[in-house]
Amino acid sequence: MKRLSWLVPTIYILFLMLPIYWLVSMSFKTTNEILGSFTLVPQEFTLENYKKIFTDSTWYMGYINSLIYVSLNTVISVAFALPAAYAFSRYRFLGDKHLFFWLLTNRMAPAAVFALPFFQLYSAIGLFDTHLAVALAHTLFNIPLAVWILEGFMSGVPKQLDETAYVDGYSFPKFFMKIFIPTIAAGIGVAAFFCFMFSWVELLLGKTLTAVAAKPIAATMTRTASTSGYELGLLAAAGALTIIPGAIVIYFVRNYIAKGFALGRV
Amino acid sequence: MNKTVNQKAWFLVLPVLLLVAFNALIPLMTVVNYSVQETFGDNNFFWAGVLWFEEVLRSERFHSSLGRQLFFTFSILLIEIPLGVAIALAMPRKGVWVSVCLVLMAMPLLIPWNVVGAMWNIFALPEIGLLGNTLNALGIDYNFTRQPVAAWVTLIAMDVWHWTSLVVLLAYAGLVSIPDAYYQAAKIDGASSWAIFRFIQLPKMKRVLTIAILLRFMDSFNIYTEPFVLTGGGPGNSTTLLSIDLVKIALGQFDLGPAAAMSLIYFLIILLLSWIFYTLMMRNEDQ
Amino acid sequence: MAKITLSNMRHSYLAQPSSDDDWALKQLDLEWEDGGAYALLGPSGCGKTTLLNIISGLLVPSHGKILFDETDVSHLPPNKRHIAQVFQFPVIYDTMTVYDNLAFPLRNRGVDEKTVDARVREVAEMTDLTQMLKRRASKLTADGKQKISLGRGMVRTDVNAILFDEPLTVIDPHLKFQLRSKLKELHHRVKRTMIYVTHDQTEALTFADKVVVMNMGKVVQTGTPVDLFEKPQHTFVGHFIGSPGMNIFPCDVHSGQAYVGGEKIATANIAGENVSRAEIGIRPEFISFSDDGLPARIMRVSDTGRFNIVEAECMGQSLKLLIDEGAEIPADNVKLNFDPANTRIYVDGWLSGSEGAQ
Repeated sequence: MKRLSWLVPTIYILFLMLPIYWLVSMSFKTTNEILGSFTLVPQEFTLENYKKIFTDSTWYMGYINSLIYVSLNTVISVAFALPAAYAFSRYRFLGDKHLFFWLLTNRMAPAAVFALPFFQLYSAIGLFDTHLAVALAHTLFNIPLAVWILEGFMSGVPKQLDETAYVDGYSFPKFFMKIFIPTIAAGIGVAAFFCFMFSWVELLLGKTLTAVAAKPIAATMTRTASTSGYELGLLAAAGALTIIPGAIVIYFVRNYIAKGFALGRV
Repeated sequence: MNKTVNQKAWFLVLPVLLLVAFNALIPLMTVVNYSVQETFGDNNFFWAGVLWFEEVLRSERFHSSLGRQLFFTFSILLIEIPLGVAIALAMPRKGVWVSVCLVLMAMPLLIPWNVVGAMWNIFALPEIGLLGNTLNALGIDYNFTRQPVAAWVTLIAMDVWHWTSLVVLLAYAGLVSIPDAYYQAAKIDGASSWAIFRFIQLPKMKRVLTIAILLRFMDSFNIYTEPFVLTGGGPGNSTTLLSIDLVKIALGQFDLGPAAAMSLIYFLIILLLSWIFYTLMMRNEDQ
Repeated sequence: MAKITLSNMRHSYLAQPSSDDDWALKQLDLEWEDGGAYALLGPSGCGKTTLLNIISGLLVPSHGKILFDETDVSHLPPNKRHIAQVFQFPVIYDTMTVYDNLAFPLRNRGVDEKTVDARVREVAEMTDLTQMLKRRASKLTADGKQKISLGRGMVRTDVNAILFDEPLTVIDPHLKFQLRSKLKELHHRVKRTMIYVTHDQTEALTFADKVVVMNMGKVVQTGTPVDLFEKPQHTFVGHFIGSPGMNIFPCDVHSGQAYVGGEKIATANIAGENVSRAEIGIRPEFISFSDDGLPARIMRVSDTGRFNIVEAECMGQSLKLLIDEGAEIPADNVKLNFDPANTRIYVDGWLSGSEGAQ
């Protein structure tokens, strides 16, 4: 039985790759081929769809907008979560457990519930249709997650490290920047990965809070799907391109993924 | 780790607290505000009390969305959790293949949700999709845009495709943290593979599985984009889950009062179920 | 119940060992008598855990054979060898009660419940676990958990040997002594072969009837605790065992006799001809102050409670002496006397001359 166990992950990965293959293969087909006949591999191989995306600013700006607010969100989430996670991992204070649980409940909030109030809130403070608005909105579910992951990593670092540093005459900010952050670099990487991931894949809030200037690629795609009818090849090409940033990020954190999940507490 | 009591730690938490409060409390207040008022669309609001809550709780429409939601959530939990654990168990523990497996498996998690929906849409389309075309070629009458059953099967298959990897990664993380000595002791004690799973691997995975079930439960209850892009809630209302219904009412019909009341009820259901679930799992652990 | 023989054994974790260093175990021939209490002693990385895992069957040796009585078991899996093992960190089945933990090895082998019950109660009584049988195993303290692992080993009647891999590592110091005495007592009671791996000489010397000292993948000496102390076969054993370890310093050899700085030193053994690297070994216990002897200068005295450890410089060497608390330490004109019966010449690290050949 042991000898055949490699079959299970292999079949599973095949299952995962099939729809992706179909998307990529479709992105190289012409609209005629897609609608006209059923072909497993592109017969009239074309790069037209990609050319359109890279030359039309409504398309490529979508990617740039997405990348801007996702990066912004990752930086904000991790920067805010770091001191908080340190406090949770090192100290007990009034209401710490309740606060931790309350933070996590925000992870449970359905985006659909928040869509409309967010629209009104960010319009009211004049941030509507800016990258910052989406980045801030996404902190709602990313900060709790980042705090949770970082707290797990920090709890794995012995307290003696802090104490030694203080004895050696480090102030708290200096210790935190110079010693502690490098020590938990892996944890920060994992937290940043998850923030990136959840901000990158979210659409509902991103779409609700933007109109033109900060419109994410995902929203551009839904508009295309609904307004210009069946441009499936173009849609497939746009979709295929959205897989790339994620794939790059996973590659960099591949050795920490399993670890990042194991740590952290409930 | 024994922690020291230090009230000044509040200063470290304050930034997070303020930011999350800004994002969570103000919108929540807005929702509460709408949920108790009546409007006729000209920015005039009247106190409506619990009227909307009563209306939503009694409405046939809400009941059926909630029913569909529960059915969806429990179906995907029943499939994804055992499947994820089984795949994690079969994965290699050492060597280059581990990285290859993890990277490939994590891919669906990083694809924007609407792309997931769109991808499955063109994958499953009866004429031109790989899945739809193949099934029809095999003599199975399949059209997820017209048959409710086919729509459900596609929806669940999509979620399994999208999220099983999360369970795999969590379960795998739990598995690799088991020290070798446990397996060695079990070998010496003559334990069967089943006994090793039942008495070593499963208990050691319990914590990560709790996280996996909670996350999958919460996220599947919140699901909106993927089914919206895949089926749009159809055919008819057959795959209209809670979120989809909510957005239809709020943004489609602009019935702010009922939508807000429904939002709150919906949020409370998630909180309540998560809390019950969480305490049950934790109490079990303490015994 | 069987005699365990390791014959011509070698092991490497590499598929293609090239240099000498690639071998975790180099050339071993050992016999373990049935019912003996053995200790495997050596520093970290000396190959003792590798050896243990080969005996239990968790590893298959690259070369050589392992025999239980006359049967070759080199390729048998652990559960077919009738071996029990207690690990460094307590391995227990968290979700089971203490009772179920103890019953686990028997139930896996399809023993009927009546026998299981009788055995579990007997073993629980021996390991002082009777009061806790109904409790969840995960609720016990570290020493309680180690008792469970031990109990799981003893519960089977067909066990050939019980192996211990540094079992006291995670136990609180004041409980270590208790648990060790318990082990000793159990050994007398059940008369099973027990092999105890440790890097702690006190644990090894108090537990075992016979101690196997290993270093760098080789067995350096096998003997009773007294042998190891009084007649180390190798400077490594002299230095590793004893606290502080043996004084070892270079010497010249002329016609079998040892000289240090022109001074002749009386020794219990003599060296052969044409020796390359000769050393003298003497334990701190066997150096004393005297009226005539080798002149020395006292560098430092540290009080350990029952003894004073005196560091002295003598013939350009730094030596350690163990002096009873209360005995006088001369201030100047210090002379040292080496007990000739316990002063030995080592050549290339090994005990020289007729005494060397065992």
